[in-house]
Amino acid sequence: MASNFAAPIKAITKVFKEKTGHKVILAFGSTGKHYAQITHGAPFDIFLAADKERPLLLERSGLIVDNSRFTYARGSLILWAPERSFESLDAAIRNISSNDFVAIANPKLSPYGLAAKQVLQEVGLWLPLQAKLVRGENIAQTFQFVSTGNANVGFIAGSQLPENLLRQANTFWSLPPSLYSPIDQQAVLLKTSKLKALKVAQEFLTFLKSTEGKKIIQKHGYRFP
Amino acid sequence: MSIDVRFNIQRGDFNLVVDTVIPNKGVTAIFGPSGSGKTTLLRAISGLEQCEDGYLKVGETVWQDNSWFVPTYKRKIGYVFQEPSLFTHLNVQNNINYGMTRAKCRNSVSKLPHTIELLQISHLLQRMPWQLSGGEQQRVAIARALAADPTMLLLDEPLAALGDEQKAAILPFLESVYKTLAIPVLYVSHSREEVACLADHLLLLDHGRLHAAGTVKDIFTDIDLPLAHQTGAESIIEATVAGYNTHFGLVQLEFSGGTFSVASASLPAHSNVRIQVLARDVSITLERQKNTSILNIIAVTIDRIEPETNAQMILRLVTGNTVLLSRISCKSAYDLDLKKGDKVYAQIKSASLLI
Amino acid sequence: MILSDQNFTALFVTLKLASISTIVLLILGTPLAWWLARSQWRFKYIIEAIIALPLILPPTVLGFYLLISLGPNGPLGGLLKMLGAAPLAFTFTGLVIGSVFYSMPFVVQPLQTAFSGIGQRPLEVAATLGASRLDRFVTIVLPMARPGFITASVLGFAHTLGEFGVVLMIGGNIPGTTQVVSIAIYDHVEALEYSQAHGLAGTLLILSFMLLMIVYGANRRYAVGQP
Repeated sequence: MASNFAAPIKAITKVFKEKTGHKVILAFGSTGKHYAQITHGAPFDIFLAADKERPLLLERSGLIVDNSRFTYARGSLILWAPERSFESLDAAIRNISSNDFVAIANPKLSPYGLAAKQVLQEVGLWLPLQAKLVRGENIAQTFQFVSTGNANVGFIAGSQLPENLLRQANTFWSLPPSLYSPIDQQAVLLKTSKLKALKVAQEFLTFLKSTEGKKIIQKHGYRFP
Repeated sequence: MSIDVRFNIQRGDFNLVVDTVIPNKGVTAIFGPSGSGKTTLLRAISGLEQCEDGYLKVGETVWQDNSWFVPTYKRKIGYVFQEPSLFTHLNVQNNINYGMTRAKCRNSVSKLPHTIELLQISHLLQRMPWQLSGGEQQRVAIARALAADPTMLLLDEPLAALGDEQKAAILPFLESVYKTLAIPVLYVSHSREEVACLADHLLLLDHGRLHAAGTVKDIFTDIDLPLAHQTGAESIIEATVAGYNTHFGLVQLEFSGGTFSVASASLPAHSNVRIQVLARDVSITLERQKNTSILNIIAVTIDRIEPETNAQMILRLVTGNTVLLSRISCKSAYDLDLKKGDKVYAQIKSASLLI
Repeated sequence: MILSDQNFTALFVTLKLASISTIVLLILGTPLAWWLARSQWRFKYIIEAIIALPLILPPTVLGFYLLISLGPNGPLGGLLKMLGAAPLAFTFTGLVIGSVFYSMPFVVQPLQTAFSGIGQRPLEVAATLGASRLDRFVTIVLPMARPGFITASVLGFAHTLGEFGVVLMIGGNIPGTTQVVSIAIYDHVEALEYSQAHGLAGTLLILSFMLLMIVYGANRRYAVGQP
């Protein structure tokens, strides 16, 4: 389970339990680590990744139930500068100076980081900012860097925007999806799932795809393809 | 020139109070049983022991009073500790040089070879401390203390950590060193033998109080002090070598009360020696005995008579400025009707030479 | 195995960090350890506990609090801002500061033990031979405590070499400045670049081992006191 999906998945499992009486156990961690564990036989039933590469690799290795891979949420990239206020995204970007630390997730490890890299390349800031580009191990750490004020500007996930910030509208700007490749977070049903759990797992995934499930997900800042 | 010493030191339950004057030359022994405060006093004089209530004046210089304290490293002293305390990271030569280089004094450079020879440590100079025996380490420690050309030498029971054999071996070194020194030596000991052998002046300490201060001769034979009443009570007599009887192997010694003959190897004429006479080896006769095996019979006057138990008593006998202690049975004293002022003869069965 | 440029840089940054931190710690730690060894202050144990904290706390805890305090709203960061100094998070200097906290007990404790082991006597002897306080410290304490200094340096250096949690929190993973080997290896593994991970980890292992052998070998040859 990708850590950035913690809030929505907890809400979903709660509703699921109320509806079906089945309990779902959640394990949070980085997608990379989970992938390594699964390929070494870890007994998970469902894998909710933060990207689509790892689920694809699992499918190619034959470790998932056929046709069970799908996009459960699409993340959005937000530029956040808590101490500043600008009218537009352009203004905010133009204002990034050589004194600022800019936080992104490590592009090698996180699709949000990769998206941020793509955006910076598009606006021609990728190379100039190299010495000031602070790489978080994951999107959560990236958020941490900005929220503690150590980085003045950061590219975070839409799902991370705290409720109260929505009132300070001029400190964050949504980046146009055209600037970066879509951050599709995909889920798979694993073959290691035991027979008894398999049925419940399939029910859960169906719920995830349902309108009610999607509503919860959307409420937490995600979109859908 | 002298050393004024006044201290009032509190250490937990122990309290040391001393107020005395120490001569600025010769060997002064600080003598007393364990726990009497000897080491504390020595450390206070050296500045290693801090105390608020103290006064120390050496010659014309005040080393300590209520508002002034000269730290140890500025007092030109030499100190030899009870356990050999050589620097383990330096060899013998560098240990000795340590104080010398800090003394910045030319005198010490010329005296040093002599000291090294005197203490017979020249073959040890390149060795490391752990390669030396306890006795050798202490000799090096003494050389090191002297190399810095101190104005005073302090030794804290330097032989206590050594075995009997080593003690006997090192004692002559100490004696020869002291004889050549012009500086005062303060020597802490609880050994009568060492004190009898080495000291000129004595400070008698017990339970943190100074019971007596004076010459060794006087204090050993002072009937009012506990020393005269111990089993090993003795008298010390200063004498000079007058002649030698080769045939019988006896050395003739002259002192203020006459002549002594003591079995010994030959000694240089006119050299100074000390004779140690135990009180139990001195008996009394009213008339000079003829035809007796005892060689040394001396005319004396009874100065004091003091009963010790109901069986024995101690007599203080004087002749010239020599004092002899004699321990006899009360019965004998009664039978001979001995009283103060009587002129009698002291028979000394055996005497030792303390060279 | 030839390391990529970036990996080589990470190695260089790591060695630089470990060396500078160790030197800083020796300079700061020596008087501190000396005071701890000699002081009779009854609240000394509080200072000892503070210094020993990094032994028990997970490095991420230390890193987390450093991150917050170095931020512009935190105590340290705020102070720096007031003095007009540049912020310290994500800088090499910031890492040095973090490493100093993190490795302090590894340097201070061996030094403190070595200093107490000397005892009072050699210093008293030196005083009677005319050595002033500073003289005694340089000519007696330092040589006699040499094994302690060696242990402290090796431990401090090695501990910083392996530092991960603190750097993870406040480093920001900037290649050439704050990307250290431990983070680089971690990233390679996360990104499934196992051969690069091997190369870097293996190099660090060999380097560390050689360093330790040199240090312990030299210490044996110039032994102080009894062999």
